[in-house]
Amino acid sequence: MRDVAVVGFAQRQMEEFDGSPTCVEMLVPLFAECYEQTGWTRKDVGFWCSGSSDYLAGRSFSFVQAVDAIGVTPPVNESHVEMDLAWAMYEAWIKIQTGEVDTALVYAFGKSSAGVLRRTLAMQLEPYTMTPLWPDTVSLAGLQARAGIDAGVWDETAMAEVVHRSLGDAERNEYAVRKGASSVEELLARPMYADPLRKHDCAPVTDGAAAIVLAAGDRARDVRDKPAWISGLAHNVDPMSMGTRDLTRSPSAAAAAAGADVDGVEVAELHAPFSHQELVLRRELGLADDVAINPSGGPLSGNPMFSAGGIRIGEAARKIWSGEAAKTLGHATSGPALQQNLVCTMEGRA
Amino acid sequence: MAKQPAAVIGIGQTHHRAKREDVSMAGLCREAMDRALEDAGLTLDEIDAIVVGKAPDLFEGVMMPELFLAEALGAAGKPLLRVHTAGSVGGSTAIVASSLVQAGVHKKVLTVAYEKQSESNAMWALSVPIPFNMPVHAGAGGYFAPHVRSYIRRSGAPNHIGAIVAAKDRNNALKNPYAHLHNEGTTVESVMASQMLWDPIRYDETCPSSDGACALVIASEDVAASSPNPAWIHGTVMRSEATSGAERDQVNPQASRDAAAALWKQAGITHPIDEIDMAEIYVPFSWFEPMWLESLGFAEPGEGWKLTESGATALDGRMPVNCSGGVLSSNPIGASGMLRFGEAALQVRGLAGEHQVDGARRALGHAYGGGSQFFAMWVVGSEKPAS
Repeated sequence: MRDVAVVGFAQRQMEEFDGSPTCVEMLVPLFAECYEQTGWTRKDVGFWCSGSSDYLAGRSFSFVQAVDAIGVTPPVNESHVEMDLAWAMYEAWIKIQTGEVDTALVYAFGKSSAGVLRRTLAMQLEPYTMTPLWPDTVSLAGLQARAGIDAGVWDETAMAEVVHRSLGDAERNEYAVRKGASSVEELLARPMYADPLRKHDCAPVTDGAAAIVLAAGDRARDVRDKPAWISGLAHNVDPMSMGTRDLTRSPSAAAAAAGADVDGVEVAELHAPFSHQELVLRRELGLADDVAINPSGGPLSGNPMFSAGGIRIGEAARKIWSGEAAKTLGHATSGPALQQNLVCTMEGRA
Repeated sequence: MAKQPAAVIGIGQTHHRAKREDVSMAGLCREAMDRALEDAGLTLDEIDAIVVGKAPDLFEGVMMPELFLAEALGAAGKPLLRVHTAGSVGGSTAIVASSLVQAGVHKKVLTVAYEKQSESNAMWALSVPIPFNMPVHAGAGGYFAPHVRSYIRRSGAPNHIGAIVAAKDRNNALKNPYAHLHNEGTTVESVMASQMLWDPIRYDETCPSSDGACALVIASEDVAASSPNPAWIHGTVMRSEATSGAERDQVNPQASRDAAAALWKQAGITHPIDEIDMAEIYVPFSWFEPMWLESLGFAEPGEGWKLTESGATALDGRMPVNCSGGVLSSNPIGASGMLRFGEAALQVRGLAGEHQVDGARRALGHAYGGGSQFFAMWVVGSEKPAS
């Protein structure tokens, strides 16, 4: 395999974006940041790939206008996945592995606040028997949380501890939509939202966009002293059916971790939009107790749909660039109750 | 590491119809997938990864349907990707699946593209009013008709060229048991007599709205060695250009010309018309045949219609185009690009049945989408590529 590294990352997260339902105008400043970080122009980018959702934007072809943000001419080598940024990055990584290109810029965007997100996501379910019941995302996550509590795999205190740590760490993240340390006791005293979930157990509805830059070999070394070399990148999916899955587990997360070599990871950014899902992921990824989880504050502090998974990879890459860690992990999820998962490990070797 | 050789060893498609009420979305996909797997001599369990492609989710009314389809498509426990690049998506999806093999990451990839247009209404799905955007409400025909008029004005083509294409493709479709339209007795005269929809595009010059799917099994060199007739991938390309921009030429877009140039270079082709034995080109409205013939370099600018008029693009012509009946005869939008890619592969494998071009050894698969701004193409051949 070719050595490929994450060498650029830019993000925006906000409670409500005052602009178009697609957020594509957010991309121009993000690309500018990527060019500034890399010293490149658009002509240095060998491949572009984006992630977005038409249902989130409430229209068909939401990604089409995003291409305008790249610029009109010359035409670009470009693709799009109806998935999170992390999978757009996967497609770009594959493209670089074929040897066709040496560099890629991937991006994603989405305005969750344009509709009622938890209801929009019900459109993701099995359309014949599930969607007509309109089980919303928060309720489904509540069922999952309850299943874990009933099985004795976790409890409300463990969930509150995840929230406490996340919102405390989020105070150092300028993009965090929700932040502020409290105490486990105080969090547990707050009212139920979708029993056993309290509002803080659920990621805030977030608008945003993000971009990641990949480069191979010397192109990466030209950009940074310590590129975040991708040492493992794998993804996997479980059946959707909530009735046939053990909701306390996520086999696809374990499979992705097995394919990405997580041994020796010091920092893990986990895309767990609900507090108990972090507990599921720590177990499935086999992360040791001394691994620092979500130092950015994680998705409980901000979760822009279709870029939040990629943001986890970007945050994990920054820890390599800064020399704070030698090996980090970024994780992304999609679908109800951790159905689909991707794991990317990065190392700071020379 | 250099690009690994990859080949198509299995091809499957559904019978395309206006409404496939006998199958669900999963059933539609499996119909194509099971045919592709049988062709490849593989089972779903042996597949390493699944790549799904389709056009906008509003066409069926399910957000990211690959998630609920994951288990039925045999993707559970495997990597699953979902590609969406507008009308070119069937082609782009095949290219993404190929790249998984060419990157050396997987050896046996199954890709499926589908559209079940009868679940929703494409005109509605394409015309949802968007705040702060100029409404088009024209559908695809209304959008492309001015481009066709512009082509006719520029090239001086006679008015019946589009009808020649339509009559040819509809008659080719009679030889393809999977085609949606089997309109016996279509002639240039009958096409010219059909109703004008979007001047100069007549009813019989437009694609149908279909339910259908196409699936391909793409394999590495060692796996393909056991196939009696692999279609080797000689080149793939994707190019996109922006929507806005006064400098755009939507009749002969730069993204199309750039894509073709890059593709021919990859495949080692210098004279496409002499070195390509047949082409499956995305022609949703008849006039796009001469337009794309020029853009792809099969004819000089302004000369494409002469190739069509001469009969060169007929099944027994010098440069056969859309022997399957093309998009004009079957149009499950998300799958239409993969059908072009798959039909090109069928031809070089010698498996195209009644619409086989004698001795086809190298073929082009082509797809485009958006406002003539997204392009995906590949060249496949019966011989392993030289480099």
